[in-house]
Amino acid sequence: MAEISQGFTTAATLIGTANTELLSIVWLSLKVSGIAVMIASLLALPFGAWLALVRFPGRQSLIAILNGMMGLPPVVVGLLVYLALSRAGPLGSLGLLFTPAAMVAAQTLLIFPIITALTRQVIEDAWIEYREQLISLNASRGQSMMALLWDMRFTLLTAVLAGFGRAIAEVGAVMIVGGNIDGITRVMTTAISLETSKGDLALALALGIVLIGIVVIVNAIAQIVKTTAMKHHG
Amino acid sequence: MVESILPLSVRSLSYSVGAVEVIRDASFAIERGSRNIVLGANGAGKSVLLRLLHGLLLPSGGQIKWARADAKFKQAMVFQRPVMLRRTARENIEFALQVAGREKNISHAARAALESVGLTHLADRPARLCSGGEQQRIALARAWALVPEVLFLDEPTASLDPTATKAIEEIIAAINNTGTTIIMTTHDIGQAKRIAHRVLFLHRGRLMEDALAGHFFTEPQSPEAAAFIKGELLW
Ligand SMILES: Nc1ncnc2c1ncn2[C@@H]1O[C@H](COP(=O)(O)OP(=O)(O)O)[C@@H](O)[C@H]1O
Ligand SMILES: [Mg+2]
Repeated sequence: MAEISQGFTTAATLIGTANTELLSIVWLSLKVSGIAVMIASLLALPFGAWLALVRFPGRQSLIAILNGMMGLPPVVVGLLVYLALSRAGPLGSLGLLFTPAAMVAAQTLLIFPIITALTRQVIEDAWIEYREQLISLNASRGQSMMALLWDMRFTLLTAVLAGFGRAIAEVGAVMIVGGNIDGITRVMTTAISLETSKGDLALALALGIVLIGIVVIVNAIAQIVKTTAMKHHG
Repeated sequence: MVESILPLSVRSLSYSVGAVEVIRDASFAIERGSRNIVLGANGAGKSVLLRLLHGLLLPSGGQIKWARADAKFKQAMVFQRPVMLRRTARENIEFALQVAGREKNISHAARAALESVGLTHLADRPARLCSGGEQQRIALARAWALVPEVLFLDEPTASLDPTATKAIEEIIAAINNTGTTIIMTTHDIGQAKRIAHRVLFLHRGRLMEDALAGHFFTEPQSPEAAAFIKGELLW
């Protein structure tokens, strides 16, 4: 019991004094997940919107697969990226395994289905409302997609932030493809996992608190943006 | 002189949903500059007919023939419930102009359109925060800004109060006075009398009458139309 309260005290000190090791780990986490969510969004938003508007045979199956992939276990995604990037894998020559780039790739793959599926749902609902008006204006499919993405921007921000939340909180994928190398690929979740197993609760707790803080703040931002946007745009 | 997309000629038009014929064998023509009211009770098929003419629905049978092949770029439609994008009133109109391929003076044209419907002061208001009547006027401004040859209106005042309705009807008359042909649905006889040059009376998917307004209201040819004008409920 004393050990735990001691851990909390030290954790508080680490955070309060802006400990360098702590900061560098937090910063790498934010960078990796931030870049992953940007890449995933850049691909998933247009793809989701496209899926919402087009009709082709097999579309329902594709949507079902994507919805299923929302729940993909991070370790499995990590394993797939590991296989692709390992020396014998198809992308082995890039030499990306155990680099932050590999972690970005794994997290991108992990959250792409989430943002795509949420975007598809949001845009499809909006399409029902706007379809006739946009067709009446002779909007092309591309113009309609852009208009709907822009129109639903506040709701879609929630989808993007959901992706970010999932990326920054997952441990399995980055552990496998990043390797948790001190100072190079160590992020919050892998550090927590390692420090806990070593019995060094202070750093683990400090990171845990920061991680919870980030997730809470991200969700709060999503909520605030959505409610104020609704008030200002209807 | 640019040729008009009118007259529009419709022959043996039908539209079925499953086994139900929602529009049955309708034939008529629409002349340039006229104000045409499609009149009928709820469920008569007015909305479906308008969507067929505007190209939002494909006919099950028959023909819809415009005088020009590019007719769809010379039409606009205002729906019963206005569909506003989450942008300002002015940007909603600018969007329509951009999509229509206008490049020059979009912002000026949008402002002018808002002015014509008396909503200059709402230009920078998010469109969805405007009242129902205001939104419908923005929708009219958006349609008008496109300078359509034909304007379709599907019960544009059905969910509005009398004051807002009056404003909308005045705008419709003004749009018609600039040369735009009006094709509008309503179930409101009073409104039909105020607006129509010509009435197309629909009853259960059938075009029962196609007559000049004066004739239609004084000498309806079918018992259904006579009953409707008298205000009897039609089964
Ligand atoms: N997509 C559809 N599926 C089934 N029935 C429809 C559909 N569209 C219209 N209908 C039917 O067609 C009839 C005419 O509808 P509508 O044109 O909306 O009537 P109105 O506009 O005159 O009130 C109604 O009985 C309606 O239920
Ligand atoms: Mg209707």
